[in-house]
Parts: sequence; C-alpha cells; structure tokens
Amino acid sequence: MKAIVNVSLKAGVLDSQGKAVHHALDSLHFNGVEDVRVGKQIVLQLDESDKEKAMADVTKMCEELLANTVIEDYEIELV
Amino acid sequence: MKVSILQFPGTNCEYDTQHAFESLGATTEIIWHKSETIPTDTNLLVVAGGFSYGDYLRSGAIAKFSPVMKAVKEYASKGGKVLGICNGFQVLTESGLLPGALKRNDGLHFISKHHTLKVENNDNIFLEELNNGDVVNIPIAHHDGNYYIDDAGLAALKQNNQILLTYTDAEGNVKNPNGSVASIAGVCNKEKNVFGLMPHPERAMESILGSADGKAMLEGFMKSC
Repeated sequence: MKAIVNVSLKAGVLDSQGKAVHHALDSLHFNGVEDVRVGKQIVLQLDESDKEKAMADVTKMCEELLANTVIEDYEIELV
Repeated sequence: MKVSILQFPGTNCEYDTQHAFESLGATTEIIWHKSETIPTDTNLLVVAGGFSYGDYLRSGAIAKFSPVMKAVKEYASKGGKVLGICNGFQVLTESGLLPGALKRNDGLHFISKHHTLKVENNDNIFLEELNNGDVVNIPIAHHDGNYYIDDAGLAALKQNNQILLTYTDAEGNVKNPNGSVASIAGVCNKEKNVFGLMPHPERAMESILGSADGKAMLEGFMKSC
C-alpha cells in the first residue's frame, strides 16, 4: 500500500512561497488565479495491508516528524 | 564553567562557539550527536548553528531525534541551562523545548548581515548583563528565521517576559528582516532555563570583526552558570 502525505502551511500562516509563485503567475498573465499555496508531498511505500492500521501509523508519523503541527496541516491518502 | 556544545552532521558553528566561550574563560567540550549522555559537569549546553541534516524535511526536524536529544530534554527538565543559536534555535522549537516554529523568511532570501536587536527582557540569566531597551549589533545568517507563534502563544510570551530580543534599527524601532511575528529574534521557555535566538552572538566577540556586542550576552551565562 502507498500513502501519499500532503503537508502545507496552515490557513492563516502566511505562505511566502505561495505568494511569490502567485506574483510570478500574474506577471506571466495568468490572471485568473485567486490564491496559491505551496506545500510538499511525501510518498510512503508501506508493507501494511490493513487500511485502518496504515492510517493510524501514518498519522503518528505526521504528528511526530512529517509535519510541524505548530505551522503545518497534513492530509493522508492511501492508495 | 563548563560549556558542552552539540554537534550534528551539518553543524558548522561549533568551533566558533567553542572559541567564543573559551575566550571568556570557559572550558568546553564538543558532543557528537550519537552520544546518549551529556557530561555531568556541564553548566551550559549549547546547540550550535549550522544546517543539521542538510535542513532536510524542515530545519531541525531530523536532529530532534538524534540520540543526544533525549539527554538534552532530561537535562533541561531538571533545570539545566540550554542555549540554541540559529539552527540550534530551530532544533529546540522542533523538539518542543521552546514555543513556536521557524519558517522560511518572508522575502524567501537567505539573509546574512549584521542586524541591530533590542533587548526586550533582561530578567533572565542570558541577558542580565544588558538593560531592557539596549540595542546590540549581532550578525544574522539564516533562510528559515521567520518566527511564528499563534496569538494565544504570543500573549503568553509577553505575559511571562519570554521575548528576549527583537529585530530593530539602530534606534530601537522595529525593523523586521524576515517576517517574524512581533519582530521576534529570540525567546526563552517559561522556566527561563532554555534560550533560543536566530542571531549569532558567538560571531560578535571582537570589534575588529564588526562587533563585540555578543560578549555581554554570553557573559551573562559565565556569571550565572
């Protein structure tokens, strides 16, 4: 099973990289963009076949290491 | 006075820190991160600056799981004095020993220059040699120095006099180089035995190199530890 973890800055925490990308898109005349958030994706190959167990494990990984929950949110997708 | 200085793969300020404290008369020891203990005669533990683990994932995120960090947490919980400089500050926030987090500078640039800082609270052993409102000139060199804490956390920092230093101009007016909340350059924990700051006092020990203002800061530890 694969776990795809998306980590991004929390809503309300200024995303300077997102802002810079937004400016760059504007200057390329992509004017329809309302907001840009830049995050990171971490892909984990798991040997676990139980989805519930995998979700619990990856959640723990996010809380302990993959995200800094002071400033970041995470989303986990199992595929 | 014995200063133990942590060294992770990628740490690069351990020898400057050693030189700075030895010039003030301390004995020092560099502790490799795989050590599971810290010397029992340690009076001050310094988490030195650099780029531990190449700043992979987040600055300080991997270092917090190094074997030595368990001993550091135990040392701090017993009232041991800990100072984190630059990457050391990031390691201490990641470890939960200090509140808040450090994110990418608002301007997205790595900033390396001298910056003036204002002493906000000197009722702690780190800054007791300085007066509140004093302005010091200390180098900064960081990419992820943008201090973040939520509103409730900021209120708690203010209430407990945990804000140590803020970025200002030479007159002491707010001048924020990196987007830090409340222009914060350094904080301590509630118990006032764990200190962290992004600027490098160990690089401001001799006026011929631009500033000797770091001396007064590190001397606070020499007198009280």
